[in-house]
Amino acid sequence: MSSTPKTLFEKIWEQHVVAQQPNSPAVLYIDLHLVHEVTSPQAFTGLRQRGLRVRRPDKTVATMDHSIPTTPLSVPIADAQAAAQLQMLADNTKEFGIALHGMDSPMRGIVHVIGPELGLTQPGMTIVCGDSHTSTHGAFGALAFGIGTSEVEHVLASQCLLQTRPKTFAVRVEGRLGTGVSAKDIILALIARIGIGGGGGHVFEYSGSAIRGLTMEERMTICNMSIEGGARAGMIAPDDVTFEYLAGRRHVPQGAAWERALQRWRALPSDAAAQFDKSITIAANELEPMVTYGTNPGMGVPISGRIPDPAQISNAAARASIEQALEYMGLQPGQALLGQPIDVVFVGSCTNGRISDLRLAAQVMRGRRVASGVRMLVVPGSQEVKRQAEQEGLDRVFRESGAEWREAGCSMCIAMNGDQLRPGQRAVSTSNRNFEGRQGKGGRTFLASPLTAAASAVSGHIADVRTLL
Amino acid sequence: MAQFTTLTSRVIPLPRINIDTDQIIPARYLKVTDKAGLGDALFADWRYAADGTPIADFVLNQPQHRGAQILLAGDNFGCGSSREHAPWALTAWGIRAVITTDVADIFRSNALKNGLLPIVVSGAAHAKLLEFVEELPQCELQIDLATQQLTLPDGSQVQFPIDEFSKTCLLQGVDQLGYILNYSERITAYEATLAG
Ligand code: SF4
Repeated sequence: MSSTPKTLFEKIWEQHVVAQQPNSPAVLYIDLHLVHEVTSPQAFTGLRQRGLRVRRPDKTVATMDHSIPTTPLSVPIADAQAAAQLQMLADNTKEFGIALHGMDSPMRGIVHVIGPELGLTQPGMTIVCGDSHTSTHGAFGALAFGIGTSEVEHVLASQCLLQTRPKTFAVRVEGRLGTGVSAKDIILALIARIGIGGGGGHVFEYSGSAIRGLTMEERMTICNMSIEGGARAGMIAPDDVTFEYLAGRRHVPQGAAWERALQRWRALPSDAAAQFDKSITIAANELEPMVTYGTNPGMGVPISGRIPDPAQISNAAARASIEQALEYMGLQPGQALLGQPIDVVFVGSCTNGRISDLRLAAQVMRGRRVASGVRMLVVPGSQEVKRQAEQEGLDRVFRESGAEWREAGCSMCIAMNGDQLRPGQRAVSTSNRNFEGRQGKGGRTFLASPLTAAASAVSGHIADVRTLL
Repeated sequence: MAQFTTLTSRVIPLPRINIDTDQIIPARYLKVTDKAGLGDALFADWRYAADGTPIADFVLNQPQHRGAQILLAGDNFGCGSSREHAPWALTAWGIRAVITTDVADIFRSNALKNGLLPIVVSGAAHAKLLEFVEELPQCELQIDLATQQLTLPDGSQVQFPIDEFSKTCLLQGVDQLGYILNYSERITAYEATLAG
């Protein structure tokens, strides 16, 4: 045993290397493979063409989330292509013996919401999925990252992946968040600072007193958007908050096995003297609610801020990028974000579609009405989140305020299922991407927290929740 | 996988930075269950107007770029979603190499599995290339993967980095799954060590 201090990432990486030849990527073992309908069909076809089976169906779990409708299940799926893709996942998982949380499963939901919910996601694991927001699971102290469909096939066939070792990037968030400022604002502030390519080639490890003070759901919001900072993965050391969240969940070890797991998990956090390749420190108490104005998640400003003036940016490519973004968004340099009129508010997604997100939004909506002319969709991240919210009466709060309360799914985060913006419409969205057309061709997205989304919904324009609390 | 050794082609300039995979292929085209046939969906929202007619001044629609196999893109190309449909759409349209100053991690990995070569060059080399292409749209660029060299129309050369493993895979058209499966015994031995 060497006594070199190690980071959380290094410990997990080293525990999972099956083989490593010089000048070659490592053969890395994968503990959990999550599968959904959109990025898996071609992988299963590949297996069939090669006559391969799934090596570890017991380490593979599938769900339907991206293209399923969020209308009541009694309504047949209108989109024949989506229906065929969903059917193909049902057929593939049946043929290869993989557990599926399908259309009628009470545990169905967005893949990154149900993994933790079911206790599938555990500290120290390597977790992959054909989806870039797999980084979400890093909140548990797992090494979790998105892969392409060829790699989905690799993992199905071998339970392994070829990976080049990434570098490490410490993101320290110290201090206390102010009222009305949440986990979403931390991650939007980080991305605004480092840019959307800033974490390329690195794995983030979030630490510091502000991170320790967050709940698991808030930590998931942060790790979720690591990919928007260019990092494939983001991690947070497991602690008592993690263990309390996990205790008793369906797939978590029980009894003596739980005690043994705890012992392993407690050894995971980065050693005090461990070195990172890069680092940044953010003062939590200086943060405001954040909102994006442009067409990538790095184009964000504090909500009281103004839209930057491209004329003041010296780098030609960066200037052009902001000019194009403002043109697409229909915004002018120097305008205030506060007061910008909006058409739609979307609360949901794997970033902010968990029960605590819905509670925050409901807290603002209670006793208020969605402003006239604004459409608000509230889409729980899973059927479990939906049931919990209904038990707490949150659905009534949303409905009575004039918002739509829908079935679980990715919905307007990716606009594959019919929930989408019309060209030119402006939305405040709790999702993670404001790319051109992401929420519907020609749609314009302002990313923000659930609190800011709810405040904007009742105001009819981008609003500062701190004036409503 | 398709081999990649050398390529001589005209270049399509698309120097926007941070071109995300939602632009390369919008999500509504991801409902397919095949890899093939995505060429028409490439850059669909930049290529076609609302009524489906091609937008004349978008580079892919310009006649002088038809048949070109190299895309000259801005920094951080391929960021965002992990969809492998992005390299599928690019290669289906005919693109075999993307030259930029940086490529997003997942896109790079996906591209390399589809015989699509991501080439990262310095800002200065990128600017020089862009100048060439904008002045002489018909000029051709040579790519030699074995020597990791680009040859510009004026004969000057630019060296580009690529890791040994990816280079060998591309040069030989090696399939990575085959490589992993050679380790089956080691994988079994590893699995035997896993706790309960
Ligand atoms: S909610 Fe959005 S980001 Fe999350 S998995 Fe679904 S489509 Fe992807």
